[in-house]
Amino acid sequence: MPTIRFTTALQRFFPTLKEQEVAGRTVGEVLEEVEARYPGIKDYVLDEQGRLRQHVNIFLSGELIEDKETLQDKVGDNDEVYVFQALSGG
Amino acid sequence: MKLLVGTSKGLIVYHRAVASWKIEKAHFIGMPISMVYTDPRTNTWWVGLAHRHWGQKLHYSQDEGRSWQVVPMPKYPAGAEYRPGKPATLKKVWCMQQAGPGRPGGLWLGTEPGGLFYSEDNGQHFELVESLWNHPSRLDENQWFGAGRDYPFIHSIVVDPRDENHVYIAVSCAGVFETTDGGTSWAPCNTGLVAAYLPNPDVEVGHDPHLMLACRAYPDVIWQQNHCGIFRTANGGQNWDNVTDKNGLADYGFALAIDHEDPDKAWVIPAVSDEMRVAPDLALCVCRTENGGRSWQALRRGLPQDHCFDIVFRHSLAKQHNVLAFGTTTGNLYLSEDYGDSWSCVSSHLARVDAVTFS
Repeated sequence: MPTIRFTTALQRFFPTLKEQEVAGRTVGEVLEEVEARYPGIKDYVLDEQGRLRQHVNIFLSGELIEDKETLQDKVGDNDEVYVFQALSGG
Repeated sequence: MKLLVGTSKGLIVYHRAVASWKIEKAHFIGMPISMVYTDPRTNTWWVGLAHRHWGQKLHYSQDEGRSWQVVPMPKYPAGAEYRPGKPATLKKVWCMQQAGPGRPGGLWLGTEPGGLFYSEDNGQHFELVESLWNHPSRLDENQWFGAGRDYPFIHSIVVDPRDENHVYIAVSCAGVFETTDGGTSWAPCNTGLVAAYLPNPDVEVGHDPHLMLACRAYPDVIWQQNHCGIFRTANGGQNWDNVTDKNGLADYGFALAIDHEDPDKAWVIPAVSDEMRVAPDLALCVCRTENGGRSWQALRRGLPQDHCFDIVFRHSLAKQHNVLAFGTTTGNLYLSEDYGDSWSCVSSHLARVDAVTFS
């Protein structure tokens, strides 16, 4: 089963968030599974049209996902999904 | 009385102590605050957060900040397009307004890129007001357009206290729109306004109000600080009168406060012009009129008068009774307890102030 982990920045809003195994064969399915466990978290990562937010990145076993619009990148059993904020700020 | 100050790094709450205003608590530290609203019906505090990474969020408190709850964010519906082929997504929450005593759970919400939302259940769910979103003018890029921002946004909502189906909104850039049927239909309400930045300054839609407020005791009296001066209507927007001080200071600016009992009193905080967004002569002043804008008086006592680079954004000036407060882009907070005659600096090292309101 794939695992997912998150930037620690999200723990401010979801204090119990931690690395975990999740079902799902695409990035989108994995995020749906996470949303069921942490209601509301998807809105932090995706906009209301379901696209990856501009300043959020998702890495799939070390590589940036390709499909930021519909999140259809395939996730294998041994993959790690890493949700990370892009660098920006001031 | 409490003072809520929304900054680019958090919400700061002040209260009136024995002889001065003191910070009571800071909330959402490090997070940009895009909107602060207190619902006078329930004293609910609403805060819009504009996370750099995580999108817009809405939080509320029913116990003056001791605890906060978050609501599901308003969503532009699937398929909603800002322009043909460009999906609409919520860019920023700009303003909120209670919908009147006859709609106890009603809340209007103004957003960027130009969507007005309505909630019937105290903000637990918001729906896009499709009638305005589908207004022919909104679909015309020559009528609704971004200026200081990339997209048009609704920053002011006025509900007629005599009739909650009568609502005005102000859009930068588009202008003022009015509904008399609770939001089923909308009509532009810009006669008398000037759009000096367009080839035709007398367009029906394409104006740039910066902030609009209506007098509660005389709801047909509405004021706006506009990109092109200061305007006032005494007939509910049928015609706007230009009350800019053409030979004085009260002209360009963002912020506006009015008296809710006396329809002739208003306060603005001038900048030089759109090309020169600094205080005139680098000296901060508040301009007040007591005669409906026929004349303006510059109030400077207690405000910095030398090499001052403070600008005051549209939602960063507030008034309650005799007390006025404003926060600036350079993180200063000034307060007056005598209708603006004299001012004191309450804080001088905040982050940029984007919203100020009283509770």
